[in-house]
Amino acid sequence: MTALARGGLVGRLAARPWAYSYIAAALTWVATVALNGGAGGGALIGAALAFSAFAVLAALGQMLVITLGPGNVDLSIPSTIALSSALSMLVMNEQPGMILPGLLAAVGAGMAVGLFNVALIRLLRIPPIIATLSAGLVVLSVAISFGRGLKIKPPTAFADFAAARLLGVPALALVAVAAMAVAAVVLDRTVTGRAVAAIGQNARAAGFAGIPVERVRMVVYVASAGLAGLTGALLAGFSGGNSLDQGEEYLLLTIAVVVIGGTDVGGGRASVAGVGGAALFMFLLVAMLNTAGAGPGPRMLLTGLIIIAVIAAAGEARA
Amino acid sequence: MRPDGAAGGRRLVGVLRAALPALAFALLLGTIFAQQPRAMSYLGLNLLLNLALPVVLATMAQMLIITLGDLDLSIGAFVSLVTCIGGTVLPAQPVLGMALLLAGIGGYAATGALIGARTLPAIVVTLGLSFVWLGLAVIVLPTPGGLAPGWLSQLMRMRTPIMPLALWASIGVALVVHLALMRSAYGTVVRGMGGNPRAVARAGWSLLRLRVAVYALAGVFGVLSGLALLGLTTSGDANLAGRYTLLSIAAVILGGGEFTGGRVSPSGAVLGALTLTLAASLLTFLNIPPDWQIGVQGGILIAVLGLRAVIERIGRAEALA
Repeated sequence: MTALARGGLVGRLAARPWAYSYIAAALTWVATVALNGGAGGGALIGAALAFSAFAVLAALGQMLVITLGPGNVDLSIPSTIALSSALSMLVMNEQPGMILPGLLAAVGAGMAVGLFNVALIRLLRIPPIIATLSAGLVVLSVAISFGRGLKIKPPTAFADFAAARLLGVPALALVAVAAMAVAAVVLDRTVTGRAVAAIGQNARAAGFAGIPVERVRMVVYVASAGLAGLTGALLAGFSGGNSLDQGEEYLLLTIAVVVIGGTDVGGGRASVAGVGGAALFMFLLVAMLNTAGAGPGPRMLLTGLIIIAVIAAAGEARA
Repeated sequence: MRPDGAAGGRRLVGVLRAALPALAFALLLGTIFAQQPRAMSYLGLNLLLNLALPVVLATMAQMLIITLGDLDLSIGAFVSLVTCIGGTVLPAQPVLGMALLLAGIGGYAATGALIGARTLPAIVVTLGLSFVWLGLAVIVLPTPGGLAPGWLSQLMRMRTPIMPLALWASIGVALVVHLALMRSAYGTVVRGMGGNPRAVARAGWSLLRLRVAVYALAGVFGVLSGLALLGLTTSGDANLAGRYTLLSIAAVILGGGEFTGGRVSPSGAVLGALTLTLAASLLTFLNIPPDWQIGVQGGILIAVLGLRAVIERIGRAEALA
């Protein structure tokens, strides 16, 4: 009976909340190409894949944090991106041999921010929203003070990699897909990954079941910040250097991507696959409105309305 | 073994916790006065707290939403939108301007209805809503400009006796919201909804109607915040109050509020808003370079909340003793 009830298209969709984000992305792509008179579809996919990669990397971390349960959100991602993009350029210093140390420094700086977040949450018992917000302010000051006026280009090899394509697919998109695969395996197949969802469903019960709640929480916040660090370095490589407002849009973007992708905002259920679809959707949405000739005002207005509509529709379908 | 002593200790901890926002405010003010004795005057206070009133009003809007266990990520964009409408449409066509501001409040009420009716996560809906407000603001006023209605700038520049307007108005706002939320029957129901919505529903209240009412009221405070800000700056800007979103959340928490359970404190939140405004002024007074000012603001937030954690830990130790 259950198999029959779930056999229909609607039933199958309801079981896969992440599918909506890909459907929405595909519809948006069709609309954009149609608006463009049927041209430029391939180039649009290429651009969408490349730009969405950054959103995917940063949003995967945000997804882990949100899955920890109500009140968990990482507001320090933008500052971490600003800090790590500056730091990576500083360490690489246009030397091809320093690419790996630069990447490691960016990820390491991110993880340090994550540890700082955890210290505030755990030692000072500050709610995560306020803790990551305050930490973000401090980190942004650090980033501004030593990143100001920094005019270091990424090493050529690094910039080439950031712009490279394999069989037409941007290398960055492959990195993002690999990161998604790792996240999916970790969440689904490892003890720590299962613990993240368990804590999100009921932290007290998880604690009674012997899950080291605080340790898992630390791993998640450090991973989120580390991913933001990596995003920062790649962004700097892709855009020919760092800039201090590089991370700014990733505060709202990561939260929107995670939720549109089908992750439960209340925690306990992550949707890794949806992160990719939602990131594509968010990029294509802006592209569509640009193609339609919308100015910045109407573009933001429609973006907001469409986000609300998608969430309302998905919420209805999932309920 | 000493019930009286333990109870007294707990009470002291409770008092300390409640007084923490006031202590933080006093400490910052004292530091400024020690650094610059000339600030200890009507004019000095006015300079320091000039921009406090719009922050206080936005904090009240945020606090109402937090009382329900929701979070409003759009308040900053909404306040900016109000400055744009107030700086362009309101002086030219007062009736249309008023209608637009009322429509904004209606938008807040509708958001509350949508969140309540479909049990959507407020944090994400208001995230989308922030784009809506920002888009509307850019449509109304593409580049910063406009001019506040004369009556508004005059009102905000009013010279009140003894203390600057910002302080009188903040005290007034704290008093009104305290009476409405903490002392009235309806306010108790609203806080109850944040603590245990099912119990409130069982008692015969419509959760949907309560949520719509609270969101509409938050919209009213958002409009007041925008008008106050416009009266001070005299021109509108679509990005004028973007940082109010996080500032208002921080002020509510600084003031002793919590994200869940309907536990908020209007007077504490007002003090939190004043403290954060003062913190920004303090940094200018201490000649801290602009690059580090936001960082020090974050540091002050961490310090006050850390102090609260210490007080609570002492309280728990006392309770166990």
